[in-house]
Amino acid sequence: METQINTQPACEFAPWEDPVQKPFVRFENVTKKFGDFTAIEDLTLNIYEREFFALLGPSGCGKTTMMRMLAGFEYPTAGNIMLSQSNLHKAPPHKRPVNMMFQSYALFPHMTVEQNIGFGLKQEKTPKKEIKRRVEEMLSLVQLEPFTKRKPHQLSGGQKQRVALARSLAKKPRLLLLDEPLGALDRKLREQTQFELMSIQEQLGLTFVIVTHDQEEAMTVASRIAVMDHGKIVQVATPAEIYEYPNSRYSADFLGDVNIIEGQLDVTTGKTASLAWAEGETPLAISTKLRPPAGTTAWLAVRPEKLHISKEKPASADNCIKGEVWDIGYTGNISTFHVKASNGSILKVQVSNREHLADRPITWEDNVYVYWEKGAGVFLER
Amino acid sequence: MTRFNWFNTTTLTLGFAFLYLPIILLMIYSFNESRLVTVWAGFSTRWYQSVFLNESFINAAWVTLRVGFISASVATVLGTMAALVLNRAGPFHGKTLFTGMIYAPMVMPEVITGLSLLLLFVSLDFARGFWTVTLAHITFSMCYVAVVVSTRLVTFERSLEEAALDLGCTRFSAFIQVTLPIIFPAILAAWLLAFTLSLDDLVIASFASGPGATTLPMKIYSQVRIGVSPEINALSSILIAVVAIGVVTASLVTKQAHVKRIKEERMAINSI
Ligand SMILES: Nc1ncnc2c1ncn2[C@@H]1O[C@H](COP(=O)(O)OP(=O)(O)OP(=O)(O)O)[C@@H](O)[C@H]1O
Ligand SMILES: [Mg+2]
Repeated sequence: METQINTQPACEFAPWEDPVQKPFVRFENVTKKFGDFTAIEDLTLNIYEREFFALLGPSGCGKTTMMRMLAGFEYPTAGNIMLSQSNLHKAPPHKRPVNMMFQSYALFPHMTVEQNIGFGLKQEKTPKKEIKRRVEEMLSLVQLEPFTKRKPHQLSGGQKQRVALARSLAKKPRLLLLDEPLGALDRKLREQTQFELMSIQEQLGLTFVIVTHDQEEAMTVASRIAVMDHGKIVQVATPAEIYEYPNSRYSADFLGDVNIIEGQLDVTTGKTASLAWAEGETPLAISTKLRPPAGTTAWLAVRPEKLHISKEKPASADNCIKGEVWDIGYTGNISTFHVKASNGSILKVQVSNREHLADRPITWEDNVYVYWEKGAGVFLER
Repeated sequence: MTRFNWFNTTTLTLGFAFLYLPIILLMIYSFNESRLVTVWAGFSTRWYQSVFLNESFINAAWVTLRVGFISASVATVLGTMAALVLNRAGPFHGKTLFTGMIYAPMVMPEVITGLSLLLLFVSLDFARGFWTVTLAHITFSMCYVAVVVSTRLVTFERSLEEAALDLGCTRFSAFIQVTLPIIFPAILAAWLLAFTLSLDDLVIASFASGPGATTLPMKIYSQVRIGVSPEINALSSILIAVVAIGVVTASLVTKQAHVKRIKEERMAINSI
């Protein structure tokens, strides 16, 4: 794969690139079946210590199932799950150094906030004084000191969520699983909590695995993201890598907005492939090291913000497509131009609005040129 | 809101009269001075005194209470276990059949249940008496318990139990510390239902009982066959009062808990 980016300095946290590092959690050819239905299919995945790892994928792709196998509520039908090099086999949940924060919070309704948070410690027969100290520590971590004696039904959604977090952290598990932990929060509280989570994770030096539907959330918090589809992993990489160098149309489409142009591979010369995408149009140039045979179907993915748009033909550009402005979307800071090309496909071009709306030179039904450098696009074989 | 027009008032009066007239009549006549049940001869509480002095009534009441208490308790344990298994066990062969078989005794005619129990006790050569009645009551009230408890378990959030396991509980201690306290109101309700069913039962008790183990309904029934006495009226009134007090207390407690909870929720919302 061509996914080498040099935007990160060497001292950056990246144990997955270090061949000496042993994975903390390892899924080894794991398959999980529910009756005839295969929820997870032959999946192999490494997660390293102190990572904030995100599982991202559409509903029903098997994210929760993976979490439940880690926590010990389900066992793999085939394959192994290793935790710091030792096979978990069929260890029951209470014998694993893993805690989970549930999608539904699952707070015990008959216990106070204090008792909820101390529950795990009480099971370990921790002395009362120590429990009290740890509970207080957790309460101050999630800023819930005034609510110690409340029952869960007397708390707001955000407060409940923080109790659930404190409860799952109280035992200082080596691995914390968070299943859509912020689903119930409004946008502002969500963003605030994302940063709280990140700072807690860093402060305590734990490994977090988070499940989320929200690609923005995954990009904000995660050290690496696994994009999943129907029980399989499509790509595992850092958020920036997935965004800049997706390995397939699926992961390109899943993270952010993208234009995907289908075509036949024409010729590959040096590091440049050219893609015939429409009759009577100049083939498009894409930088790539891959060399599939000519004639195969391939795709060009390019992010809308990497395209340029103008009414005059650019003097020099690697790729240039002539089209007509079909629609303009205005979202305050950004305008999105939908440009219809000669073969009827629509290209999205994003331009940040530096000038006032009235001064915008391009408007509906204008004939425009969309152009970009060959390095801006990504060559995809699937 | 609809106002009380003449139609509503009439319907309401008729309906309630239909429901409560017999009981009210019975209660009024329990204060009758006369030995003749249907002839009013002035107010008196002498029949209440004679109920408490009648040793056979007191004995029967004592038997009924003991049977009710023991059978309700055992049936609650067994019925709760049955409900747990049927709710928790994944799909297994014959699950539908087993579920159906748990509920079947509810629709079985009591005479048949009683008769089959009688045959069982006779063929096993059990001496019929207190324990056979208790066993019989456990048998038929257990399925009611199973129904009440499974209704609660259906809406029970399984992730609560999983959270307990995740935090270091074994399955058993998760049940004791989390599941049981949460479903406890349903279990209590099931116990009360089983207890009431046992207090009420005449048919099955008549089949399963032997000498020396006469329950209150059996006693009342046998007395009435000889002739309705004002004593029976008094006894019945006492029973009604006990049941009414129980029901009203239970509903008041529930209502108060509900009101308190709503108040607490308001408080929580205001303090965000
Ligand atoms: N106990 C079960 N029995 C049968 N099928 C199951 C069971 N648990 C999960 N599945 C199936 O496995 C698939 C994956 O489920 P899972 O809960 O892991 O999805 P998910 O990725 O977490 O989805 P969501 O984002 O909606 O939470 C789904 O198709 C689901 O129907
Ligand atoms: Mg899920």
